[in-house]
Amino acid sequence: MTTMTDPPGQGFRLSQLIYDTRYRSLTIQVVAMIVLMLLFSWLVSNTIHNLQTLGKDFDFGFLTQPSGYDINQRLIEYDSQSTHGRAAVVGILNTLLVAVLGCALATVLGVIAGVLRLSNNWLVSRLMAVYVEGFRNVPLLLWIVLIFALMTESTPAPRAFRGDTPDASMLFDAVAITNRGVYIPAIHFASPFFTNGLFNWLLILAVLGASIFAISRLRHWATEKQEATGDRPTTWYLILGLLIVPTGLLMLLMGAFLDMPSLQGFNFGGGVHLRNSLIALWLALSLYTGAFIAEIVRGGILAVNKGQTEAAYALGIRPSTTMNLVILPQALRVIIPPLISQFLNLTKNSSLAIAVGYMDVRSTLGGITINQTGRELEGMLLLGLFYLVLSLLISGVMNVYNASVKLKER
Amino acid sequence: MKNTVILGALTVAGLAAGAASAATLDDVKARGNLNCGVSTGLTGFSAPDANGVWQGFDVAVCRAVAAAVLGDPMAVEFVSTTGQTRFTALASGEIDMLARNTTWTFSRDNDLKFEFVGVNYYDGQGFMVPKELGVSSAKELDGATVCIQTGTTTELNLADFFRVNNISYEPVPIETNAEAQQQYLAGACDVYTTDASGLAATRASFEAPGDHVILPEIISKEPLGPLVRHGDSEWGDIVRWSLNALIAAEEYGVTSANIEELSSAATDNPEINRLLGTEGELGAMIGLEADWAKKAIMANGNYGEIFEKTIGENTPIGLSRGLNAQWTEGGLMYSPPFR
Ligand SMILES: N[C@@H](CCC(=O)N[C@@H](CS)C(=O)NCC(=O)O)C(=O)O
Repeated sequence: MTTMTDPPGQGFRLSQLIYDTRYRSLTIQVVAMIVLMLLFSWLVSNTIHNLQTLGKDFDFGFLTQPSGYDINQRLIEYDSQSTHGRAAVVGILNTLLVAVLGCALATVLGVIAGVLRLSNNWLVSRLMAVYVEGFRNVPLLLWIVLIFALMTESTPAPRAFRGDTPDASMLFDAVAITNRGVYIPAIHFASPFFTNGLFNWLLILAVLGASIFAISRLRHWATEKQEATGDRPTTWYLILGLLIVPTGLLMLLMGAFLDMPSLQGFNFGGGVHLRNSLIALWLALSLYTGAFIAEIVRGGILAVNKGQTEAAYALGIRPSTTMNLVILPQALRVIIPPLISQFLNLTKNSSLAIAVGYMDVRSTLGGITINQTGRELEGMLLLGLFYLVLSLLISGVMNVYNASVKLKER
Repeated sequence: MKNTVILGALTVAGLAAGAASAATLDDVKARGNLNCGVSTGLTGFSAPDANGVWQGFDVAVCRAVAAAVLGDPMAVEFVSTTGQTRFTALASGEIDMLARNTTWTFSRDNDLKFEFVGVNYYDGQGFMVPKELGVSSAKELDGATVCIQTGTTTELNLADFFRVNNISYEPVPIETNAEAQQQYLAGACDVYTTDASGLAATRASFEAPGDHVILPEIISKEPLGPLVRHGDSEWGDIVRWSLNALIAAEEYGVTSANIEELSSAATDNPEINRLLGTEGELGAMIGLEADWAKKAIMANGNYGEIFEKTIGENTPIGLSRGLNAQWTEGGLMYSPPFR
């Protein structure tokens, strides 16, 4: 009490740190900081001490040692003589693959389900409600295991395709659905000048990108013409040509051909093998996250003022056009930020891969490598770092996109 | 003021609890039970029975140690571990010892910092395939899909075997034996590979064991045994000599039927007397009571009795003693002398 009535300029007393509101918050922060540092240093020293009693050191040298184990799904060259570091990279690529596929499918599913849930058709909107509630309210792990079990138990083994009157047959002689995964035709390149597969695909992608850019210029030109003269030039055949011809020519040049899967020994050979573990994980992640995205999309649409729809209708714009040109662009502003966290969730949830034996980075670096080398601490730190960097990257990219769609204030 | 005291006390308690203590024996005694790491379920080796009581060849080692240390073979808390989690569980102190068909290897001993106290089963890695595949040798498995448990030596041996023989395979990594069994039976893999004993145990639990064959090739050495953490030799000695007591008991003919009689008074075999504590000070030397080995043997019988009861020829698993016979019978089971 006294401090308050004391005349000013009395000099600083220690008790002021607690009783004087000018200093109090600072004191609390400093104390909290010290406690936090103490806790942290205790954790670190405890770790060092425990490692010492166990006779272990802290060393990342294991990453350069041969791993000794095989990985079934590899996007880059790898065998059991490769290093643990490379095994980690194979795992990282597998994580990225399922994350990218998952985010793409989840977005498509989510947008469709979100829009349809607002449909005036009772049946359609109810069906979507069942989908959303069903997937949102059951743990993801169960979905992963369920889809995987369905796929292994209800599909034929490769040996069922054998014999003169096989129990199972391929779809269109091109796709084989087995209990080990789906085999689809692969595109290979025969030309001796284009032997590097990755390079070929990048080249094709680049040409495709250029085509799409050209198409957008074309449409721009058509719109300008329309605005100037009132007539829109017919462009669909030009667009189609731009889309197909350059890429087609390039692939012809590369000697592209279809490699059909066929039964060889125990398994199908040739083609691309989409393992059940990948498909189950991908579908489960997409369906699960899609349900959340559907709610976000629905929320975003509902957040757009009803007056916007009414105004559009009053101008005679059709409902689908209204949705595409009036509602969704505005809804996007509400949708993007929560969508980012859904993408992050999906990416991190992909570490449930272990349930179906999908060899993601959690299974290679964070599983087998740790187990074979006993480097739990190092492995887990690296794993944490990877997910952190990936999450930051995703939110960074999405934030840039968000900035580009949000209201521009001039 | 009060708060600071509490905080200080908490910190001290935290420090004390955080540091891995070296004296496992004291911990076990204070706790009143032994935390023993076993598998998630492998009939014959470690699996809960219909009443939820753990039974098996590896479980018997845990019970013998608990009996030697605490006097009660049932004073064991079983912790199921997978191939991947077992070493972390042991290193972190969650379990006091691990008895989970674990292969003694150089790197596990020296790099992972564990201490294998002995071998309770000499094994090797084998392959099991459905009979209808018509495969008679592992070398014919080119291109096959193989189910393996991750985090095992199996995984490494398999990679080596296929590489050396220049044939390819598609590994399907699996967490537990139960999942592997289900995948194999569903035909999601052509071959299941693991320790031959594990294959026999797995096959015994099939509805039609006769439809599956175990291929003749044994591609590795798998000495399976219990292990403890590095750095607590007293505890390591207790587990080691509990196992040795079981093996020695078989050699000297001490069985659960005659142990009461043999231990009631000193016999004319000094080795048995020292083992059962009617002569000498062996118990005191290892920091346990004089009749520690007697209690360990009484838990489930001697090594041979345990073998016959859990995985022997008269069980569904039907393993013969083979390498695991006593050294006197041409096997490798050999306990150093009790003196
Ligand atoms: N001995 C090998 C393999 C041990 C192993 O995992 N064996 C399997 C099959 S015999 C097992 O015990 N599975 C029981 C479980 O899944 O919990 C090792 O130590 O790495």
